[in-house]
Amino acid sequence: MQSNSLAGRAARLLGLGAGIALLASAALAEPLKVGFVYVGPVGDHGWTYQHDQGRLALEAALGDQVETTYVESVPEGADADRVIRQLAASGHELIFTTSFGYMNPTVRVARSFPNVRFEHATGYQRAPNVSTYAARFYEGRYVVGLVAGRMTKSNVIGYIGSHPIPEVIRGINSFTLALRSVNPEAEVRVVWVNSWYDPGREADAAKALIDQGADIILQHTDSPAPVQAAQERGVWAVGQASDMARFGPDAHLTAIVDIWDAYYIDHTKAAIDGSWTSQDTWGGLADDMLRLSDWNAAIPADVVAEAEAAKAAIMSGELHPFRGPVRNQAGEVVVPAGDIVPDGDLLSMDWYVEGVQGSVPK
Amino acid sequence: MEMLDLTVAVLVSTIAAATPLLFAALGELITEKAGVLNLGVEGMMLVGAISGFATAVTTGSATLGILAAVLAGAGLALLFAVLTLSLLANQVATGLALTIFGIGLSSLIGRGYVGTPLDRLPRLDLPVLSDLPVLGPLLFGHDALVYLSVALVFAIAWFLGRTRPGLVLRAVGESHDAAHAIGYSVIAIRYAAVVFGGALSGLAGAYLSLAYTPLWIENMTAGRGWIALALVVFSTWKPGRVLLGAYLFGGVTILQFHAQNMAAFQVPSQILAMLPYLATIAVLVLISRDVTRIRLNAPACLGKVFHPAG
Repeated sequence: MQSNSLAGRAARLLGLGAGIALLASAALAEPLKVGFVYVGPVGDHGWTYQHDQGRLALEAALGDQVETTYVESVPEGADADRVIRQLAASGHELIFTTSFGYMNPTVRVARSFPNVRFEHATGYQRAPNVSTYAARFYEGRYVVGLVAGRMTKSNVIGYIGSHPIPEVIRGINSFTLALRSVNPEAEVRVVWVNSWYDPGREADAAKALIDQGADIILQHTDSPAPVQAAQERGVWAVGQASDMARFGPDAHLTAIVDIWDAYYIDHTKAAIDGSWTSQDTWGGLADDMLRLSDWNAAIPADVVAEAEAAKAAIMSGELHPFRGPVRNQAGEVVVPAGDIVPDGDLLSMDWYVEGVQGSVPK
Repeated sequence: MEMLDLTVAVLVSTIAAATPLLFAALGELITEKAGVLNLGVEGMMLVGAISGFATAVTTGSATLGILAAVLAGAGLALLFAVLTLSLLANQVATGLALTIFGIGLSSLIGRGYVGTPLDRLPRLDLPVLSDLPVLGPLLFGHDALVYLSVALVFAIAWFLGRTRPGLVLRAVGESHDAAHAIGYSVIAIRYAAVVFGGALSGLAGAYLSLAYTPLWIENMTAGRGWIALALVVFSTWKPGRVLLGAYLFGGVTILQFHAQNMAAFQVPSQILAMLPYLATIAVLVLISRDVTRIRLNAPACLGKVFHPAG
């Protein structure tokens, strides 16, 4: 009886060991399942499209080592919770949730699945198995600001904002600082459409700004309608998230393009080789997390050269868009000469720099 | 002069913003006057928008695009009519389902068309008239659909108020039993009204995807179908007031974009964004505050199921 039990226990242990070995070898051979949650349809331009480009780059780079899944048009809120949970429960070991509104659902689901790694874009809540990542799009806006300062004739720039949140305000300020560094006469007029995505309202806002004398239209919204409106009215525009040149070939100066390829590849590799840790990434031009699309051929060569030089200087760390002196709208120096606005203040920015018309909606 | 130019620019943008609302609301007005409540306007607009866009891109003809949008809207409305008029399904639930179905269907059809550029519907370009200062851009600088939408207001007002078929349509919406008893085919008339309403919703969608913002993006109507529905009610089913409401809504929408950059209007942009809704509702409620007249105008059989046997 005693020996029997001992033998039984030994056998069970052996069996368990073999089982673990089997599992381990299976894990080595099995591809890592990576899930993506998108807020919009993939389409062929814009925020979600760029994330999907990153997913495709990941598949191309890692081949058999990964198996990717995506769920598109997932509303922020309760549906997101369900979708993320479903991905985690169906064997995905690394899940990218690509919209700000997925923050709470991501953190909540992550608590139930401690062995699954989560990456949440543009959020600020982390956990041992939740990383966050975002891009310093304001660096691109700075470079664009230099070009706008040289190209404007009316000295009025129209800026279509989505929602008055720090991300958008930071972009407006970065753009304005660059604009006025080369053209102190120029001013920025902001119109809020209170939506990330409403082609009709975006077009209306663009037309309103053009009617007010703007000859360059910037946008921090997702549809190509403003670029199209600029093309129709014969003014310049700057694309958002993706190259939007085909919507306004003459109007499109350049676009600030989101690039997630390298980030997704690196972090998936880390998950495969076990070096993945929870961290916060805020990468910029130097990290190849954003790029500027091809310059419009109508931009003079010296303007392009100046912009490219600024881009290189930002990448090398020599130039920081938010290096003082920075003045607020009242003309008071709020960042002394030489100082750089710390990341914490950039992340909570809720005031305009000098040169922006109107006030931040509170 | 600069102020004048700006005013003209605002008015021109207003006309563009109001036109899709006007088409959709006029269509729904006819539908409701016949006693049928179709909440599927948003869905029919979307399907119209993508059908028009896809056809215009494929054939290169904007006219065919408009035609396709009209047919698509009418087709979806026909589906609604079969479900609610022949199979006696609940109109509210079916209408909501139609909107959801339209969103999905338009996305499906539109998969290959997202981000395809298209030339805008051509504007009228009359040799001398279009170049007139002020009046030129205001009266002679639009595309054909704008003129059609305004003409429809007069045509529908005349049809409902001055013609015998219009009277019959209203009678069907007022008391289907009475209309049936005199010998009118309630179901057939309602079918016609619903299909006409769908056709105009499709046309509204085509205006969005061919003229207003000539592109296709999922869900590009962004709630305009619901605004059109509300316009019909607040204008107490009168075509003239639908026109007023649509232009008022469009005008305040455009104006608030300008107000955001005026020192005198330092109010939160979120409040300004609500203004079009508030202003339109306030004005239409004020001019239609006579309760008896609203009762007279509201189709008494709106949303009620008609069954000849009952």
